[in-house]
Amino acid sequence: MRTARIACLTLALGTMLAACSGGPVSEQSPAGVEERQPGAQPGAQTQPVKPGAVARVDLTTKPGARSPLTDPNNILSRRSIFYDYDSYDVKDQYKDLVEAHARYLRDNPRSKMLIQGNTDERGSREYNVSLGQRRSDSVKKMLLLLGAKEEQVESVSLGEEKPRSEGHDEQAWSQNRRSDILYQGEY
Amino acid sequence: MKKLLAVFLLCFATAAAAQLSIEITGAGAQRIPIAVVPFAGEGALAQGISAIVRADLERSGLFRALEVPPISPPPTEASSVNYAEWRSRLADALVLGSVATRADGRFEVRFKLFDTVKAADLSGVAYTLSREQARTTAHRIADFIYEKLTGEKGVFSTRIAYVVKRGTKFELQIADADGAGEETALASFEPIISPAWSPDGRRLAYVSFENKKPVVYVHSLQDGKRHVAANFKGSNSAPAWSPDGARLAVSLSRDGGSQIYLVNPDGSNVRRLSQSGGIDTEPVFSPDGQTLYFTSDRGGSPQVYRMPANGGEAQRVTFDGSYNVSPRISPDGRVLAYIARNGGKFQVATLDLASRQTQILTDSDKDESPSFAPNGRIILLATVNGGRGVLSAVSADGRIKQRLTISAGDVREPAWGPFVR
Repeated sequence: MRTARIACLTLALGTMLAACSGGPVSEQSPAGVEERQPGAQPGAQTQPVKPGAVARVDLTTKPGARSPLTDPNNILSRRSIFYDYDSYDVKDQYKDLVEAHARYLRDNPRSKMLIQGNTDERGSREYNVSLGQRRSDSVKKMLLLLGAKEEQVESVSLGEEKPRSEGHDEQAWSQNRRSDILYQGEY
Repeated sequence: MKKLLAVFLLCFATAAAAQLSIEITGAGAQRIPIAVVPFAGEGALAQGISAIVRADLERSGLFRALEVPPISPPPTEASSVNYAEWRSRLADALVLGSVATRADGRFEVRFKLFDTVKAADLSGVAYTLSREQARTTAHRIADFIYEKLTGEKGVFSTRIAYVVKRGTKFELQIADADGAGEETALASFEPIISPAWSPDGRRLAYVSFENKKPVVYVHSLQDGKRHVAANFKGSNSAPAWSPDGARLAVSLSRDGGSQIYLVNPDGSNVRRLSQSGGIDTEPVFSPDGQTLYFTSDRGGSPQVYRMPANGGEAQRVTFDGSYNVSPRISPDGRVLAYIARNGGKFQVATLDLASRQTQILTDSDKDESPSFAPNGRIILLATVNGGRGVLSAVSADGRIKQRLTISAGDVREPAWGPFVR
């Protein structure tokens, strides 16, 4: 009886953690039921726990427990690419990042990505929408060359409308000339 | 004039603090001196009529409203006019009127315009109105006077649209051309840009980022109904109405890059118009609907181009400088207004399409989104003053400048609506 209750609790907890991990739905595997030691029968009456009779439940090793997309130690958690003024070239320093995301899309064909291009505040708002689009398009193009599929990636532009930094100098502008990568569920 | 401006500001200082207030920073060389005598009985209407008429005429920069000392008994449109006396007061034109309360609770406003130099009665109009229509009526009277004396249609009873950003909130607002009577058509936590009036003035097309990407909507002002006009994969932006209201030109990235397409306002019948490897955006129709002007970087820097409205080869229109964007065509089709970058300053410029003469109209440095008044006389624009987004207006000849500010908010993306039918 109690074991069944624990199993239920574990199941619920596992589902919750998986839901919280922010990983794409396709990545979630159903939380497993704990391994039971022989003799631990459902409905067994209270017995003192003997050393060596405790079943270890380790959620941290289960797939999807911590999504590689949000693990700060994983390159996939890096989502921003910054640009020089009036440029949409993805600089060498971001090649690893783009390659890692391409690999992830290849390995997870059901996952989907939105790339939002951004510009600094100077000039026409509409022209900046087009410049931001060129930035996100350039990232998308790289991802497709590296094996991601067209239907997995949408590139769009926020122009100058969603600045990360509200300042009006080069330091702020350099933060705002940017492409951001978001996975389904994050936008 | 200062005093009148003060009177004008006083009249509206009591209205909501969110309202746009207007500052005139220049005036035409030759202004018509006009006496707008307080209308007999206008105290029955909260803001009166004559003060709004005076403020409208002053704001155009083409009139100088004379101070008129109280006259007892107050003259009305039916009074006999001593032209010589008004001439001696240096008034070239005179407006007399009255307000009467009707038995049904509505009001009747009558007025007459006189040319004191020619000693001529230039006729007038009578309006029946509710209390709420006082401002609209005053604007119509100002339009009548403006047209009689300048030969051009007035724009005082037209409306403007613009976007206000307050904190994290964006509001698409509609106001009278003098900034009063503002109403919010759309409030959102995501940006709204590029409002464009339908030719009948009933709908606005605009770009909203509420879906984490730019999507073009068409919004019916009276009932607030809105629908998607363009939401394809990628970005959907820069809507412009054809003069017959049957089509929208938009910039879409669905086939890669930003290219110009035509789409019906209900979202159907999408057709690609431009075919360049670069950026093509900010389309706008010529008033005859035959030509599309747009911004393109196909030549290496953003410049204004034009092409037939059903597609075809594009011609470059602007040549001076390395950044000329946001084209708008005057209602008579003769003048191109655009934003030019001059040594790091973004300013409103005009190009006479026949003579190829260019002129920089403003001395500000962060100008955006020019918009012609429907009579072509004034260009409304967004700029930055004291770190805040403000609207500014400049006469098409560059002589008269006005600034419209709003308290506690950034104002941007102005669009001047069409004549009221």
